[in-house]
Amino acid sequence: MSISSIYFLDLKGKVVLISRNYRGEVHSHAIDKFLPLVLENEDEGNLSPIIVSNGVTFMYIKHNNVYMVASTKKNANVALVFVFLHKLQTLLLEYFKELEEESIRDNFIVVYELLDELVDFGYPQVTEGKVLKEYITQETHKLEIAPKLPMAVTNAVSWRNENIKYRKNEVFLDVIESVNILVNSNGNVVQSEIVGSVKMKVHLTGMPELRLGLNDKVLFENTGRTRSKAVDLEDVKFHQCVRLSRFENDRTISFIPPDGEFELMSYRLSTQIKPLVWIEAVIERHSHSRVEYMIKARSQFKRRSTANNVIIRVPVPPDADSPKFKANVGAVRYAPEKNEILWSIKSFPGGKEFLMRAHFGLPSIEGEEADRRPPIRVEFEIPYFTTSGIQVRYLKIVEKGGYQALPWVRYITKNGDYQVRTS
Amino acid sequence: MKEKPFHHRGEIFELKAELNSDKKDKKKEAVKKVIASMTVGKDVSSLFPDVINCMQTENLELKKLVYLYLMNYAKTQPDMAILAVNTFVKDCEDPNPLIRALAVRTMGCIRVDKITEYLCEPLRKCLKDEDPYVRKTAAVCVAKLHDINSQLVEDQGFLESLREILSDSNPMVVANAVASLSEIHKTSPNPTGVFDMNSGTVNKLLTALNECTEWGQIFILDAIAEYQPVSDREAQSIVERVTPRLSHANAAVVLSAVKVLMQMMEIIKNDQIIDQLSRKLAPTLVTLLSSEPEIQYVSLRNINLIVQKRPEILRNEIKAFFVKYNDPIYVKLEKLDIMIRLSTSSNIAQVLAELKEYATEVDVDFVRKSVRAIGRCAIKVEQAAEKCVSTLIDLIQTKVNYVVQEAVVVIRDIFRKYPNKYESIISTLCENLDSLDEPDAKASMIWIVGEYAERIDNADELLQSFLDGFHDETTQVQLQLLTAIVKLFLKRPADTQDLVQSVLSLVTQESDNPDLRDRGYIYWRLLSTDPAAAKEVVLAEKPLIAEETDLLEPTLLDELMCHISTLASVYHKPPSSFVEGNSPIRKLPIPRESTTSSDNTDAAENQVQTQQQPAAAAPAQPTVISTPQESAVAMDLLGDLASFDSTPSTTANDMYAPNVQPAGSSVIDLLSGTLDSLQMGGNTAGNQSGGLSSLSDMFSTGTSTFSEPKVVWLSAAQGKGLEISGTFSLRQNVVHMDMTFTNNAMQAMGGFAIQFNKNSFGLVPAAQLEVRSPLPPRQSADSSLQLKPLGAILKMDPLNKLQIAIKNSIDVFYFDVLIPYHVLFVEDGKLESREFLTQWKEIPNNSERSFDINNVPASSDAIENKLKMSNVFTVAKRNVDGQNMHYMSLKFTNNILVLAELKIQSGNPTLKLALKSSIAEVLPGVYQAFELILHS
Repeated sequence: MSISSIYFLDLKGKVVLISRNYRGEVHSHAIDKFLPLVLENEDEGNLSPIIVSNGVTFMYIKHNNVYMVASTKKNANVALVFVFLHKLQTLLLEYFKELEEESIRDNFIVVYELLDELVDFGYPQVTEGKVLKEYITQETHKLEIAPKLPMAVTNAVSWRNENIKYRKNEVFLDVIESVNILVNSNGNVVQSEIVGSVKMKVHLTGMPELRLGLNDKVLFENTGRTRSKAVDLEDVKFHQCVRLSRFENDRTISFIPPDGEFELMSYRLSTQIKPLVWIEAVIERHSHSRVEYMIKARSQFKRRSTANNVIIRVPVPPDADSPKFKANVGAVRYAPEKNEILWSIKSFPGGKEFLMRAHFGLPSIEGEEADRRPPIRVEFEIPYFTTSGIQVRYLKIVEKGGYQALPWVRYITKNGDYQVRTS
Repeated sequence: MKEKPFHHRGEIFELKAELNSDKKDKKKEAVKKVIASMTVGKDVSSLFPDVINCMQTENLELKKLVYLYLMNYAKTQPDMAILAVNTFVKDCEDPNPLIRALAVRTMGCIRVDKITEYLCEPLRKCLKDEDPYVRKTAAVCVAKLHDINSQLVEDQGFLESLREILSDSNPMVVANAVASLSEIHKTSPNPTGVFDMNSGTVNKLLTALNECTEWGQIFILDAIAEYQPVSDREAQSIVERVTPRLSHANAAVVLSAVKVLMQMMEIIKNDQIIDQLSRKLAPTLVTLLSSEPEIQYVSLRNINLIVQKRPEILRNEIKAFFVKYNDPIYVKLEKLDIMIRLSTSSNIAQVLAELKEYATEVDVDFVRKSVRAIGRCAIKVEQAAEKCVSTLIDLIQTKVNYVVQEAVVVIRDIFRKYPNKYESIISTLCENLDSLDEPDAKASMIWIVGEYAERIDNADELLQSFLDGFHDETTQVQLQLLTAIVKLFLKRPADTQDLVQSVLSLVTQESDNPDLRDRGYIYWRLLSTDPAAAKEVVLAEKPLIAEETDLLEPTLLDELMCHISTLASVYHKPPSSFVEGNSPIRKLPIPRESTTSSDNTDAAENQVQTQQQPAAAAPAQPTVISTPQESAVAMDLLGDLASFDSTPSTTANDMYAPNVQPAGSSVIDLLSGTLDSLQMGGNTAGNQSGGLSSLSDMFSTGTSTFSEPKVVWLSAAQGKGLEISGTFSLRQNVVHMDMTFTNNAMQAMGGFAIQFNKNSFGLVPAAQLEVRSPLPPRQSADSSLQLKPLGAILKMDPLNKLQIAIKNSIDVFYFDVLIPYHVLFVEDGKLESREFLTQWKEIPNNSERSFDINNVPASSDAIENKLKMSNVFTVAKRNVDGQNMHYMSLKFTNNILVLAELKIQSGNPTLKLALKSSIAEVLPGVYQAFELILHS
């Protein structure tokens, strides 16, 4: 039991940009109730991605100025619906580069065609952009012959077309680790976690068979290599190309990759980690007159490494005025539209400590509203370094053509949800 | 698609010309313009014939556009749509599989009967197409057709075809067949056999699982989740093959796999495997919190269920549920709920620090819920109570209005849980009295003042200040104030007499609210007649409140576990409560009545449908925290009153049953003298002793035959909290089903309806089932249903078996009962003696049965009377050799005649019975009835 209809709405909700009714059970006027309900919920502060009206359930996501809404009258698999809506969003971005009111309007024929092919009677079918582009294109008028159905649509390998050719066979691997950290105002780390992702860019001819080797602790223990340095991955998620039962059996990551860029896997470790960029904030608030900030930033990684494009976002009260800054490194800017100070440091080597001071005036009359105290957020990128210590040991590529292919590997650690609460 | 100046009629005319153009390009552009107009909501249906004319084209894009147009407008112009049939049928034979699939897919979307008829042949071919793309499209098309015309699908054998392609070599085809069959199974009027799974099918599906698309995997996993493995071993092997799916990047695949695994864990007995599985599930569930916010929300609602079912899985993962500043509000609120569920004495310090942090944020709803959460932690983890209380006091000091009010409400609950422990903070609370303006907070504060009146020196002043604005308060506050002042009076009678006088006269004379007035009168009378009893009642010790106040009822929880990752799991409500049309339970399929059987079954079905309407109303966002506010109000006296209120109706029914329960309780004794003035149920007082006979006079006694005491028909465990006990009786020559409905669930139920399966005597309900609705938890309601023998007849085994389906707002329940034969004997069963003789001769001897009835010491007259009471009539009797021969006759509701010869030998307690009937099958039953009547 699944999606009954899909709608694209603009922000005002007055116009249904495009809709497709798959099952004919939801009346076409039902959608008119949708946006008023969303706005009402927003006003009352109980926003929810699921809205019910007259026995019809609406599930929606929002991208730029477009609402993508799915409706149902049944006990639909709601997880499937949301994952599908996000897939739809990715797919349209792949097709049109951007997703907004205009791009939907301008390409309505293709959107109709896609909606017809993606879902049948409410059940999602093919959603791989690379494969769909083979037979649903924006330039059909240029095609003289009728498009043919790519084998991949019904193959067991539904994500890769056959007959792909490259002169130079190459594979690029990016291991990107995002650090999520939550530090309390007293300096305690409340929660820390690493979310890693292995992204690939594959330029390979034919139907290559790939095998990726990591320093996975479970694998090492299974094979008796206990002395080498290994990483204990807490939870791993794979792209659908990876043979999951094989991984379950012997921890081998084997797959036929899609063509081009994709995320091969993601993993998560919730170990206690030392915050890579340590922030100390002293905020002195003299109501009715001024507020002063003293922000200390310390890099707690090895001296060999350097964090690039570090931005420290310090929230300030919305009614603050006359900013004054002083920092021994980097540039400081006040962004009144976001109520924050941005302290950016292009290059932040390991084991260093920098200081920034800021001073704002406050109006003598205070507003009634309670003060928000958003956390300080930190952005950074540290190349050639992973916090978890994960390593790509090998990437084996086997194809019946027997060509040589070069794998390139890059490591980056960057911020995820990196928040420091203030008092 | 730029907006053009809009001259509709002119535009249509122009388009018409372009559509009929000879140039292909111009034609295509014209169709595009038509679709564009259609998209912005202009009516272009008048172009129907012109667009259809463009359908026969080689150009795939043009064809798709025309098809799209057809899907939109075919319903409005069914006669014209028939013009398209030929092209569809032709396209189903096209060499290009894309076009074949497109044609069969589109045809299924056109919900016009005339077109559907032509769909069958092409569909049959497409199901056997060489190209898997066409087969997978055809598989879904069967479900479409079933939705339009289920009979056609069954008649044409498409269900068998679908079941065949479950073994298709292509996994996508298998997945779509599974989706189709699952849907048909859920919506079919006769679901039996549509999609019966056995180990073989499950095995096939599990094999396809590894190879199909992510969506196909979800269809398959959802189907497997409904399968009940036959053994522990089979469940283990399913677990083994489904577990790898937990590593899939698609969160919906993961959740469906979780659903299957949670189901299998119910069957697997091996603790070690359960333990292993729990350890695998934990990180998976936590990772779901890294997905998009909407998916996080769905996951959190499901985790909420999983944590209630198996708390051990996420025991050590509480940190994952700490709220992030930029989480959307709906994620924040759900995380809070789970944090409380996972809080224990070992992590409470951390949890409390977090909650305190949240309570200083700005989002009002979130802050309120955080404060409430602190209170819940105090109640749940005793060691932390003190810390929670001091945190709450800190929060009250912030003087933020809504924080203070919320804190007062939860402190009330803390006082209930730990009486006489934290009164030291009462003075702090009293300081904030003036800032309270919400009814909840006010009522809580008043309760606290009343409860601890003896320790608050100025309690009378405080309550007096509330009393001054009495008329402006909500009922909740008024009731609470009344009770609090009475408590105060009972504790300090010396100086509060004026106060209690003024509140009592206020509520009894100036209030329009019957609840308030009644409560006022009761207090008044209590206080004036027996102050000691008043003290006992009003200041009675209160039951402690439970640790977890918002746990789902176990049977509901179990049902929701079968619906993980669906809307039901988000609403925390069974699907039947928000989905129209009933979905049968796979595990308990019973044959349903066909709608054509007779008028009254139709009536019964209609009734079931109409009852569903209110239940199908939009499910509101479920309230996640239910504080025990009600209990504080109800515990004093109202609870007693509620049950007291219902006594008149129960006693009226009780008189039919031989065992009248004495209805006396202390409350009635206390109040009976004064009740008449309150005009509450005049017949309650008398019927304890001599009242029975006088009451039964009101209904002519002679016409009701005896009935057995009620027995439990549906236990609360099978009925998801609903218990039904009942018995049958014959009154005024009408068979009655007397039932007692008891709600043992934690939520109210309503929307009761009943339906019978066909039975040997053709019994059907003669009226609608009337049960008090909603039926609150822990309450019972009696209902008596008249039956009539006019329904369809189906021979049952045993003959007197009756299959009953009862529906309520929770689910549909099926159970069998045996109708005692004697209630089916009608009043006009007495034959003339001549007629008796003729009949006796006519019935062949091989239709005669003989029985012995032992241990009947009564005299022959007594026996005759007893039998007559149950409509077994003596036609003639004679005395032969010291034996009394009784010739008797009786008639069933469906006119089956039974003749009997009963030999009674004085002094011998064993009777000899010979029975004869043209329908000999009933005779053993009649013998049973004789046994029953004579031993009653």
